[in-house]
Amino acid sequence: MTAVAAGARVSGAGSVSVARGYRFELVKLVSQWRIRLLVLACWSVPGLFTAAVSLQSTLPTDTLFGRWMHATGWAGPLVTLGFAGTWALPLLTSVVAGDVFASEDRLGTWRHLLVAVRSPRRVFAAKALAGLTVLLLLVAGLACSSTAGGLLAVGDRPLPGLDGHPLAPGDAAARVLLAWLCVLAPTLALAGIGLLGSVALGRSPMGLLLPALVALAMQLAQMMPMPVAVRLALPTSAFTTWNGLFSTPAQKTPLLIGIAVGLVWAVSATALARLLFLRRDFTNPADDGSGRRALTLGALPLAGLAAATTAVVTVTTGATGSGIAQEKVQRSLATAFAHLYRLQTAQLGRPAVTEARLRATAACDKGSVHVAAEGPGNDWRCVVSWHLPGVEAAGTAVYQLDVAPDGRFVADGDGPKEVNGYFLVRTPTGDAPNPLWQFDGTVELLATAKASSKG
Amino acid sequence: MDASLAVRARGITKCFGDVVALDGVDLDVTEGRIHGLVGPNGAGKTTLLGLLLGLAVADRGSLEILGTPVGRVLSAPDGVAGFVDGPGLYPSLTARQNLAALASLRGPDARTAGIDEVLDQVGLTAVADDRTRGFSLGMRQRLGLAAALLTRPRLLVLDEPSNGLDPAGKRHVHGVLSRLAADGTAVVLSSHRMDDLEALCSEVTILATGRVVFSGPLGKLAAENRELDYRLLTSDPPAARELAAAVRGIEIVDAGVLVVRASVPALDELVARLVGAGVAVRELAPVVSPLETAFLALTEQQEDGR
Repeated sequence: MTAVAAGARVSGAGSVSVARGYRFELVKLVSQWRIRLLVLACWSVPGLFTAAVSLQSTLPTDTLFGRWMHATGWAGPLVTLGFAGTWALPLLTSVVAGDVFASEDRLGTWRHLLVAVRSPRRVFAAKALAGLTVLLLLVAGLACSSTAGGLLAVGDRPLPGLDGHPLAPGDAAARVLLAWLCVLAPTLALAGIGLLGSVALGRSPMGLLLPALVALAMQLAQMMPMPVAVRLALPTSAFTTWNGLFSTPAQKTPLLIGIAVGLVWAVSATALARLLFLRRDFTNPADDGSGRRALTLGALPLAGLAAATTAVVTVTTGATGSGIAQEKVQRSLATAFAHLYRLQTAQLGRPAVTEARLRATAACDKGSVHVAAEGPGNDWRCVVSWHLPGVEAAGTAVYQLDVAPDGRFVADGDGPKEVNGYFLVRTPTGDAPNPLWQFDGTVELLATAKASSKG
Repeated sequence: MDASLAVRARGITKCFGDVVALDGVDLDVTEGRIHGLVGPNGAGKTTLLGLLLGLAVADRGSLEILGTPVGRVLSAPDGVAGFVDGPGLYPSLTARQNLAALASLRGPDARTAGIDEVLDQVGLTAVADDRTRGFSLGMRQRLGLAAALLTRPRLLVLDEPSNGLDPAGKRHVHGVLSRLAADGTAVVLSSHRMDDLEALCSEVTILATGRVVFSGPLGKLAAENRELDYRLLTSDPPAARELAAAVRGIEIVDAGVLVVRASVPALDELVARLVGAGVAVRELAPVVSPLETAFLALTEQQEDGR
């Protein structure tokens, strides 16, 4: 025979290195039309969406920063980030991480792969790394595409933060990049859960759906008025707490907790997936890894992890209740109002005034007078007062606040019309959107009254 | 250990929960030989092949592959290639890409080396750049064999490699396996096709319910076996019938198309008498192959003994 066997008594080079296995896995992933289409979509659709929305009259005001899409190109990637945290990232992790092991079950190629690579440990490492690479490529596509779309359609202009303070374009760019990097932690947590589902549930479609289902369950939980410690101990909390980067000073603590919890979940779920994978019997055709063992080795430890992280967050932060208190709401609203009042002043061509001279304050109540003013709800009502230099009487404006359980609020101006009661203001150059009519803000859930008064 | 043994298994036992898949199996496979593994469904063939490929470890017993004892750690032994339960192919890749991806696992130099040659050997050159999604079972089997050949194995383990093969495909596969064996590679293959095994294998092991009921050369199996039925076509059927009836130890089973039941010595005598009487022998073949007869007899015994 022939060169294949003749003189070819050289045996294989032992087990295959992780680097070669990784390349093999990448080749397989990239050869799938599904993955190719996803890459193409992630690198193009957000840009087109951002550009199209920025150029039309109706803006997605229910999404954070959506109301600023006309004002600056940096709002686009943040609107995309908000959408990605809710839908795109859970679904992408499902399709990539949730299928990276299950696809071998579907194709019946496990034995072939193990004979070729000769080490289940390296198969696992190569698959996890290849899945991670594709996922990072998709996330990078979402970020880059939406940023490019926003900047090209609207331009590189200052971005009003969640406290109304304008962020210079360079500062906004850095924070946008940081926000996208921060959501990698919960994305990795979902990817770890995806790997675990893919290993534990084998051919079952549940394996593919697991990250999306977990993300959905956690989103539902976050909509509930639950204690702030539980909220922050969820592995997906950084999908919302990144918005703390856009207030001054940045609300870092909830974000750092969310990142830490996300990474702990990512490592734990991946380790559990590896343990399950290494215990699997590949000669037994009936065994695709699913079954009772998946529950005991997969789900129970993660439930324990959720309980442990909640306990640690509760003890270390001392946080109790919803984290939304009257004084915090008043302070957040007054700060945002003062910053945006300066913006309106500039629009109207009036003499500039500083926040310090405005001395804006807010007095808020919630619902009935018989109910304590705390917690989320759309029945917050506030009166903001401020002073203008040389004017004896204080100005007042009324706002209705819808405060979400995660601390984000929408302030809706109730008048007077000249200040916040109408969506347009008459400027020397024509009508312009009124920044004080409706705006977003955020209440820092962990901040104590004393600590925040310094900021 | 005997240096010429590619596989030496002693007392291999493997259980899946309460099911005993292999029960004290001994197996010797000599280098340069094609060793057939036969047995009814559920006899433990695939489990045994899986152990040889390093997909599982035995619960008890010792296993040496290519002179190296196999440990308790799950890992494919070096120099072994093959497949169980059908070849593993990625449908989104072409035949060539499947092989190239596998070859690249062994190093950048190996990416293209030998791919065209193995494709040619298994007769798939014409479809080398087609995606394997549309491949028939026979084409998949041949590509699986090509993938195994790429690794230049010293022990090739194949599970039902003849499944789905057309006559041309079968010829390719038989040719490849025979050449491999001639060059010193040990081949272990399982099959339900007795004609394939008889054509290819010098030794067979028959498994039934996880135990070895026979292991050795095919000739020994035929000698150990009882009388067989042979179909006899001659130039003068009435004369042949008459002569057959006269030979001691021959029983006429079917007088239409002459079928006789005989041992090999009695059959030799009949042929001598036919030739002596001027009757030309046009065909003399067992109705059921010796291997199949032995297989049925031995496995039925095993089943009856349970």
